[in-house]
Amino acid sequence: MLEPVNVSLESLNLMTLAPMLIPIIGALLILIIDIIKSDLDKTLYVMISIIFLLMDLGAISQTAGIFSESGTIMGVFDVMLIDGLAILAQLIIVVASLLFIPLALTHKRFHEFSYSEFFALFLFMLGGFQFMVATDNLILIFVGLETASLALYTMIAMHNRDKSFEAAVKYFTMGALAAGFFSFGSMVFYALTGSIEINQIATVLTENGFADMGFVLVGVTFILAALGFKLSLVPFHTWAPDVYEGSSAALAGFMSIVPKIAVFIVAMRMFEFLIHSGVVWLEIILYIVVVVTMTAANIWALVQNDVKRMLAYSSISHAGFVMAAVLIGTTQSNSALFLYWILFSFTNLGAFSMLWISRQKHLPLHQSSDHSYSKFAGMVQTAPVAATIMGLFMLSLAGLPPFALFWGKLYMISSAVSGGYTVLALIMALNSAIAGYYYLKLIVFMFMRDPVINKDGHVFVSNATHPLRTIIGFAAVGTIFAFVAINPVLEFITALVFKSGY
Amino acid sequence: MLDNILSILVFFPAIAAIFGFAVAKDSIRAYGVAVAFIEFALSLLLWFSFDSSVSGMQFMEMVPLVPAFGINYILGVDGISLFIVILASFFTMIGIASLGETKNVKNMIISLLFLQMTMAGVFVALDAIVFYVFWELSLVPMLYIIGAWGGPLRIYASVKFFLYTFTGSLIMLVGMLFMAYFYYQATGTWSFAFLEWYRLILPETFQLWLFGAFFIGFAIKVPMFPFHTWLPYAHGQAPTIGSVILAAILLKMGTYAFIRLSLPMFPDASVFFMFPIAIIAIIMIIYTAMVAYAQEDIKQVVAYSSISHMGVIILGTFALNVEGITGSIFLMIAHGVVSGALFLLVGVIYDRRHTKMMAEFGGLASVMPRYATIFGIMLMASVGLPLTINFVGEFLSLLGFYQQSHILTLLAGIAIIVGAIYMLAAYKKMFFGEVTNEENRNLPDVNKRELTALIPLVIITVWLGVYPKPLLEPISNSVESVVQLMHDKAITEEAKKRIPNLADRDSRVKEAN
Repeated sequence: MLEPVNVSLESLNLMTLAPMLIPIIGALLILIIDIIKSDLDKTLYVMISIIFLLMDLGAISQTAGIFSESGTIMGVFDVMLIDGLAILAQLIIVVASLLFIPLALTHKRFHEFSYSEFFALFLFMLGGFQFMVATDNLILIFVGLETASLALYTMIAMHNRDKSFEAAVKYFTMGALAAGFFSFGSMVFYALTGSIEINQIATVLTENGFADMGFVLVGVTFILAALGFKLSLVPFHTWAPDVYEGSSAALAGFMSIVPKIAVFIVAMRMFEFLIHSGVVWLEIILYIVVVVTMTAANIWALVQNDVKRMLAYSSISHAGFVMAAVLIGTTQSNSALFLYWILFSFTNLGAFSMLWISRQKHLPLHQSSDHSYSKFAGMVQTAPVAATIMGLFMLSLAGLPPFALFWGKLYMISSAVSGGYTVLALIMALNSAIAGYYYLKLIVFMFMRDPVINKDGHVFVSNATHPLRTIIGFAAVGTIFAFVAINPVLEFITALVFKSGY
Repeated sequence: MLDNILSILVFFPAIAAIFGFAVAKDSIRAYGVAVAFIEFALSLLLWFSFDSSVSGMQFMEMVPLVPAFGINYILGVDGISLFIVILASFFTMIGIASLGETKNVKNMIISLLFLQMTMAGVFVALDAIVFYVFWELSLVPMLYIIGAWGGPLRIYASVKFFLYTFTGSLIMLVGMLFMAYFYYQATGTWSFAFLEWYRLILPETFQLWLFGAFFIGFAIKVPMFPFHTWLPYAHGQAPTIGSVILAAILLKMGTYAFIRLSLPMFPDASVFFMFPIAIIAIIMIIYTAMVAYAQEDIKQVVAYSSISHMGVIILGTFALNVEGITGSIFLMIAHGVVSGALFLLVGVIYDRRHTKMMAEFGGLASVMPRYATIFGIMLMASVGLPLTINFVGEFLSLLGFYQQSHILTLLAGIAIIVGAIYMLAAYKKMFFGEVTNEENRNLPDVNKRELTALIPLVIITVWLGVYPKPLLEPISNSVESVVQLMHDKAITEEAKKRIPNLADRDSRVKEAN
């Protein structure tokens, strides 16, 4: 006879689930509203999403308060793990989403936003990402990753262009492969250690001194490949430019930030003990991946003719740059990762939003793609303010001081220097110089060339509505005045990261 | 107000530039001149309230920026930077005042005012990151000025200018981060303040590497041979005002940074690299003089001669004694005045004929006598005629280096004399002989607007050539403290020997008295 399972509700610590459950409840609510009364306007769904995101933010700050008092919180049979990393990542995810979702309020009507399902999927996706960062259980990571990814594939496909379907299918195929890799890698680690919790795996492996090195290698390779797909690290990046091109600019901007920070957290948890294990080849593999991702993506970005594809490759390069933090593995570098990503999310979302407001429903004859460089030629003459803001985002992405991303780069390179990775620091600096060229290319087109055909500047802001302008204004102000906020943000991040033991 | 005069000096033009967006197009020129004049008056006020007997930093300001990472907004001025700041505001003023007919004149003037902010910022910043911010930010307005108002190859030239300097400065940034990390290791706190870094004594190998990292950033900016290839393009394509500011001020950032950063922080490395750099400087002087001789475009002649003179500045800097460094700082001012004036003069003739080819001219002296006179004075100053401003600087620089090496100084001296040949040849081609080209016969002489810019420059050229003391005194006061600091910090025997000990000298002077 089975013994009755006796678990006290308090030991489950269900509070840890609150931040993830809020967006899921929101998603369900949207679906229910849609069943009761369809054909409601998108503004309703946008506002519901925003309300739930704000509640989510509140719940996260609650957990942050508890964390700063009593340290890491475990819950639900120790599956949930709320530490500083989880809190920071969730903050970035939710704030970036808050900046993203009002972009649905465009001037023109776009297909995907007329479905309530888009918003429901969006909230489900957020729930998935939040689960992913708030656990060190490989199975829950897998579940979170898949929930989020499947929702994201569908959202891409809803953009209703030929290229969007292509992008969604491509992403789905690659994502399925990555999922396979991830489960296989997890399986290897389970076979090796009898556990699926990363900290258990770490303990067991360290205790037996990495005895089964061959199997560890296999497991690490599979996990790295899986995470590499999601982070678009070279050589697993092939999907990224096509997917970015196929999805709407707003969603592409979102994809370059939120999914990646979630996967970065997993990478940090996974590789932290591996890097510090003293096994040299682990470091070498990661080193090569980081350098190749930064450099190769930069060089590909140089030859693009479309701004969105250029930004896609540049996002890959930025991901490689940030992956260096995982490689360096000090408290400073892990803090630099968060600082960089917060600043990057402002700037990059701003840049993609600028593309988004210039999105045309139909391509004119002289234009080969939605956002070709030539479209922006002479923009300063027709739409000076928009051109200046776009130029600002480009300068920030290039790492020109004192704009936002410069501080991220500064701290990241500094962490490489203090971590003893001198050559890596130089490679990072030189890559920033290469990247300068393609960001400059857009500035050259906007400020120094004459318009291709005589046209009015309206095309550059054709989608702009007040909410969109507000978002872009936020991003621009954040980009310019970042230097004011660096100190408090840095202190907050460092405190949280340090307290989590990374 | 005097407590914050440096901040006002830095940010006043930027704030004025933002207000400038609201000024109507046809009134913007007057607005620009007014703002630049106020800025210049502020910089003169700085000079008058500057105590020239003090060798250290004055008017220091400090605001914490990112205290967690040791970044503070620190400004200060000493004899080394004071006159370059004044020069920058002066050139912005006469640059805007003499601006010819240009398209988009509003954007141009706003860019110039932003540029003035960055220039003032670089020379008064005493924190590496603040310095770096202004250093990099100066690229953006210049990129726009060259790229939007330049000649046919303007985009290539501006992008080349930007990327070259950007790459160099990123390597410099890595050097700065290393320096801050060493400081952190030594003291347990992060700091990017120059004055704190001065106190740090580094092992020689570290010095060599860090000197190298900083050197790349500075050498590209100067530009030193073989990193100079961006400059002829930038000058060739830039509009007159762009060339003037570039030659007069922006290039000085590199040479100034050598004196502000490389020398006091890495005395041993400076001595170690003294002869290699001196040889590069001499190659730079001779090679660019030869290239200048082969040019057919008068602006390229001036551009290459400008690079050539930068070589003398470098040589003086790496004399590592008071005479040499004082001379090189004085020469920075002189070079700014003279090459700025020459570029303005080239602009005058370009406005009239829309060509810069010397073959198109000839006999201009009879058509434009006033123009020929001013050009002649500036040309004489450029080749270093005694009683002109350049002579003082060149003489002191060479005098300083003479104490380190006789032969190299001799070579450099001869090279300067040879340098006179191409300038005189160019002058002959343009101004003497018969008027061969019909188009030149009825050219109007320099007009009032151009004279307002040129006459003050002529006055300065002669005045400071005859009586350089008001500048030399504060400069050498501050230089003495730098040299003394270097001597005290030096570890190797070689460096102790090469860098004079001023304390010794002072006590000997006292004994003699």
